[in-house]
Amino acid sequence: MSPAVAVHELSKSYGELQALQDVSFAIETGEIFGVLGPNGAGKTTTVEILEGYRPRDTGSVEVLGVDPSRGGADWRQRIGVVLQSSAMYQTLTVAESLALYAGYYERPRRVDEVVEVVGLEEKRDSRVRTLSGGQKRRLDVGLALIGDPELLFLDEPTTGFDPQARRRAWESISSLRELGKTILLTTHYLDEAERLCDRVAVLRDGRIVALGRPGELTGALPPTEIRYRRDGKDVVIRTEEPTKVLHELTAEALAAGRELETLEVRRPSLEEVYLSLTQEESE
Amino acid sequence: MSLYPHELRYQMRLYWRSRELAFFTFLLPMILFLLLGFAYGDDEIQGVKGSNYLLTGTLGYGLIATAFAGLAIVLVIRREEGILKRLRSTPLSAPVYISALLTTTMIAFLIQAVCIIALGMAVFGASFPHRPFSLVLALVLGAASFAALGVGLTGVIRRSEGASAVVNAIYFPMLFLSGSFFERDTFPGFLQAVADVLPLTYFIKLVFEIMLRGHEIWERPGDVAVLSAWGLVGAIVAIRRFRWVPQED
Repeated sequence: MSPAVAVHELSKSYGELQALQDVSFAIETGEIFGVLGPNGAGKTTTVEILEGYRPRDTGSVEVLGVDPSRGGADWRQRIGVVLQSSAMYQTLTVAESLALYAGYYERPRRVDEVVEVVGLEEKRDSRVRTLSGGQKRRLDVGLALIGDPELLFLDEPTTGFDPQARRRAWESISSLRELGKTILLTTHYLDEAERLCDRVAVLRDGRIVALGRPGELTGALPPTEIRYRRDGKDVVIRTEEPTKVLHELTAEALAAGRELETLEVRRPSLEEVYLSLTQEESE
Repeated sequence: MSLYPHELRYQMRLYWRSRELAFFTFLLPMILFLLLGFAYGDDEIQGVKGSNYLLTGTLGYGLIATAFAGLAIVLVIRREEGILKRLRSTPLSAPVYISALLTTTMIAFLIQAVCIIALGMAVFGASFPHRPFSLVLALVLGAASFAALGVGLTGVIRRSEGASAVVNAIYFPMLFLSGSFFERDTFPGFLQAVADVLPLTYFIKLVFEIMLRGHEIWERPGDVAVLSAWGLVGAIVAIRRFRWVPQED
């Protein structure tokens, strides 16, 4: 089966600014794929090219087998989009907004079902203008789901959410996986990528600097760190064999009747991998 | 085209739910009609009773308020806020969206025209329009031309904050120069020259001739031609410059 999304050597510049350079990746059907990177790395440019909002300069792009710059109504039947910033009619209610969008699709999901999926049951008959920021965002996700799309684009779906709302959003995104949907999401939150994505691409300055499973990205990095304090000084040991080193250390300390103060063993988190990938070397 | 009735239903709902729109474009012309009518409705203007003259002017005011200014401002705001961008991701097409919006505008204006005429008859004893069929045609032609100009104007407005300013800068001078509320004959020559190219001038003349002089619309080909030409210019700009996405995107 051909991939849901195939991007090959995609480049795009805005005047002098090279927004994307030779970006290539593929997303398999049913996969949740994350595009991770700091602000200005090119995440939104990438998804907006895939959604058909922006033209590309060079490279090839196929979304559900179609070039997005030529995607017509049939193609739009099959995708759902949550933009980073967009808006809804303020004077319609939640249910009316969903019903309006449902009318655009051939086989929409039921309005009340989607209201439930995005957790807006209590706001069902409230006007959009009375919703909080997080509730508007959830409606936005609902509008993307109402057409029962095969492929969903979520551009920073939880930016501005409080922790509880983010957790709820994660649950509903995870539940979409069970429906067999393919999802492309962008985020600058690492825990979000780690929690939701099968694979991530890390973008920096318009280039992909890492691509793989969140676990693999961590694995690609250096060894485990063992830290403790001795005679008022911090000792840091980096090792590929933490079990062995630790055993020796503790045996030695035990024999000498010493305590390894502030002993800590840690593997680098995705956060550190990410920071090391996305920050220019300052040295 | 099967999406059209669905979109139209929602556009109608959106129109009537917008209080600002209902007031500035729908009610304000009627309020001004009442005020001016009480002030000099009994005078004689251009050989007709003042209130009758004001009635035709108010139809012109309603036309540019509803079909031109209101439509242009609403569309710019929807574009700049990102409402249109959100819609762009769906199978809804621009022609269906725009035609539903234009139909809504036209229906709103026709209801407004009926209200203005009814008000004139009830309060100032205006007579029932001489040529109702021609009048309906003239109202529809006017609404189509000005709506096209309104949509065309959105293509050259860059931001929502500027929308009201640009629209008002066009709309108020046009309203006064076109003789909606004053006799154009009293204007100095250069102002009359400006008035002579404005589409509203021809709409008001056309409605005046139909309602008060008993002409049919086809007896006024010059007025019809100028109005249509302006509408065509608006439509061309509208088609070439229509955008779904905000300017600074």
